[in-house]
Amino acid sequence: MNPALKNTSTAWLSVVMVVLLAAVPYVLYVSGNTFWLDIFTRLVILAIAACGLNLILGLGGLVSFGHAAYIGIGAYAVGIPAYHETYGGLDAIASYNGFVHLGLALLTSAVFAFITGVISLRTRGVNFIMITMAFGQMMFYAIVSLETYGGDDGLTIDLRSELPLINLDSPLSLYGLCYVSLLVIVFFTYRIRHSRFGLTLQGAKSNEERMNAIGVNCYKYQLTAFVLSGVVCGYAGFLLGNFTTFISPEMMDWTRSGEIMFMVILGGAATLWGPVIGAIIFIVLEFVLSEYTVYWHLPFGLLLIFSVLFLRGGVTGALHRLGKPAVRSQS
Amino acid sequence: METSILFIQLLNGLQLGILLFLLSAGLTLTFGIMDFVNLAHGALYMLGAFFCATLTLYTGSFILAVLLAIPLTALAGFILEKLVVQHLYDRDHLDHVLATFGLILCIDTMVHIIWGPEGMAIPLPDFLNSQVELLPGIVFPTFRLLIIAIGLIAAAGLYILVNHTRLGMLIRAGASNRTMVGALGVDIRTLFSGVFALGAALAGLAGMLIAPITEASIGMGSDIIITTFVVIIIGGVGSMKGAFLAALIIGLIDTFGRSFLDDIFKLVMSSEAAETAAPAVSAMLIYILMAVILAFRPQGLFPPLTR
Repeated sequence: MNPALKNTSTAWLSVVMVVLLAAVPYVLYVSGNTFWLDIFTRLVILAIAACGLNLILGLGGLVSFGHAAYIGIGAYAVGIPAYHETYGGLDAIASYNGFVHLGLALLTSAVFAFITGVISLRTRGVNFIMITMAFGQMMFYAIVSLETYGGDDGLTIDLRSELPLINLDSPLSLYGLCYVSLLVIVFFTYRIRHSRFGLTLQGAKSNEERMNAIGVNCYKYQLTAFVLSGVVCGYAGFLLGNFTTFISPEMMDWTRSGEIMFMVILGGAATLWGPVIGAIIFIVLEFVLSEYTVYWHLPFGLLLIFSVLFLRGGVTGALHRLGKPAVRSQS
Repeated sequence: METSILFIQLLNGLQLGILLFLLSAGLTLTFGIMDFVNLAHGALYMLGAFFCATLTLYTGSFILAVLLAIPLTALAGFILEKLVVQHLYDRDHLDHVLATFGLILCIDTMVHIIWGPEGMAIPLPDFLNSQVELLPGIVFPTFRLLIIAIGLIAAAGLYILVNHTRLGMLIRAGASNRTMVGALGVDIRTLFSGVFALGAALAGLAGMLIAPITEASIGMGSDIIITTFVVIIIGGVGSMKGAFLAALIIGLIDTFGRSFLDDIFKLVMSSEAAETAAPAVSAMLIYILMAVILAFRPQGLFPPLTR
C-alpha cells in the first residue's frame, strides 16, 4: 500500500479509537449503565498488556508465552504491600501508597524480565516459546505456594493504591487513568517503531544474521525490548489489581498468556492499534459468547483455530487486504 | 528410617519421571520429525484418562479399559492431525502455538460437556490396589511399581522401534530431512499422521496410568504440559535419549525437592523461615534447574546431532 495512504488510514484509525474509547464509556456511565464502564476498564487494561507484548512479539518477532506472569507481578505488587500494611509484617514494603506499589510493580517486572530474558534470549524459535512459558509458570507456582498471600485462593485487596489527585475508588477516574495510560503506551509504541531502536529490532526480526553481520548486537536490543515489554505488562497488572481488588494466581496461568497473545495476533502484530483492536475483539467475543453458553470456550477455541488457518495477518491485515485485488502475502 | 524414606521417595521420583517420559516422548517425536509445537499434547493425556475412566466403568476391568483406551486415544490423535494439525506443518511456530491453544480450549470444553465438571475416579482391581514389601520394612504401592514397569517397557519398545525397525528408520530419516524422504517415495503424510497418533497414544497411556492415583480431571493436561516442556528443553528438543534422561532427572529432583527441601533449609535458617521458603523454592526448583542448564547449554543436555 502507498505509504502516505497507509499513514492517513492509521491516523484516521487513531482518531476513531481515541474518541471512541473516551466517549462511549463516559456516555454509557453518565446515562446510568455503570456495568459497561467495568467492561471498558477491563478492555483497556488488557489492551495495555497486549501493547506490552506487542513490543517483543510484534516488533521483535519473539514469541513470548509468559507475559501473564508480569500482570500477576504487577497485581501482587499492589496486594502484598497493602496486605502487610493491614496485617503487619514486612515493614520495608508495607504501604498503601500508590507510588510504592507502582515502583514495586515496575521494578520487580523489570528484574524478572531481565533475569529470564538473559537466559531465554539465548535460544530461538520453539525453545524460546517453551522457556518463556516455563518461566511464567514458575512465577505462577511460586505465588501458589505462598500460603501467606492466600496461595491458590487468592488475595483480596481491601484498599486500593493511594495516589495524589486521582482517587482510584472512583470508577470514572480509574478508567481515566487506564485510558490515558493506554494512549501514552500507544504513542510510545509509535515513537519506538520509527526510532533507531525500533528499526534495529524489526531488522533483527526479518534477518538476525545479517543484522549481526552489519555489526549490530541484536541480543542487547532484544533484551531491552523484552524488559520494556515486561514492564508495560507489569503496569497493566498494577491497574488490574486496583480494578478487580481481588487477585489470584489464576490471573498468571499460562492460558492467560495465550489470551494476550491471541489479542496481539488477531488484532495484527506489529501494527499500532492491532493489540487494542485484538483486546476489543476478545472482550466482545467473551461477552457475546458467554451470554449464550457457559461453554463459550468451545466456539472461542474454534474461532481461534479458524483464524489461524484462514485469517493471516490478523484483522488489521485482513482489512488492509480488503478492497485490494487478491495478492499473495509476501511473508 | 531415614534410608527407607529416601528409598521410597526415589521410587516415587522414578514413577513421576517415567510418566513425564511417556509424555515428552510423543512431544519430542512430533517436534523432531514434523517441526511441530503441540500445546494440545496435554489435552490428549487428559483424553486418555477420561476414556479409560469411562471404559473402566462399563467393562468393570481397569486392564481391559486401558487396552481399549490406548487405540482410542491414538484415533483421537489421528483425527486431530487430519482435521487441524496437518494444515499447519508449513506454518511458523507462532501459528502452531495459537492453533493448538485453540484446540486445548475446544477439547477441555468438550470434556466438560461430556463428562461434567467433576473429576472421575478410576477404581483399581484388588491385586493392583495393594502394597508390596520390597525390602524388609519398605512397602510400596503395587500400582506405582506397575507404572514404573510399564514406562520402562514403553521406553524399551520405543528404542527398538526407532533404532531397529524400518518404520523407525523412516522416522529418523524424516527427522533429518523430510523433503528428501518424501522425494524418495515415502508417503510422508501417512508417516506424520502415524507418528502423531503414536505420540497421542503414549500421552494417553500416561494419563491412564496417573488417573487411578489422582483421578481424571479437566486441566490435568494444562498443568503437566509445562513440566513436559521443561523436560524436553533440558533434554534437548527432538532427542529421545535426552527426553528419557531429563524426565528421570526432573522426576527425581521435583520429588526430592518437595519432600526434603524444608529439612535441608532448616539446617541453615530458622524453622519458621524454612517452612515459608521451602514450598516456594521446591515449586520453582525444576525451573531454576532449567535456567541453570540453559545458561550453560542453550541447546539442552543431549541435542540431536542434526538441526
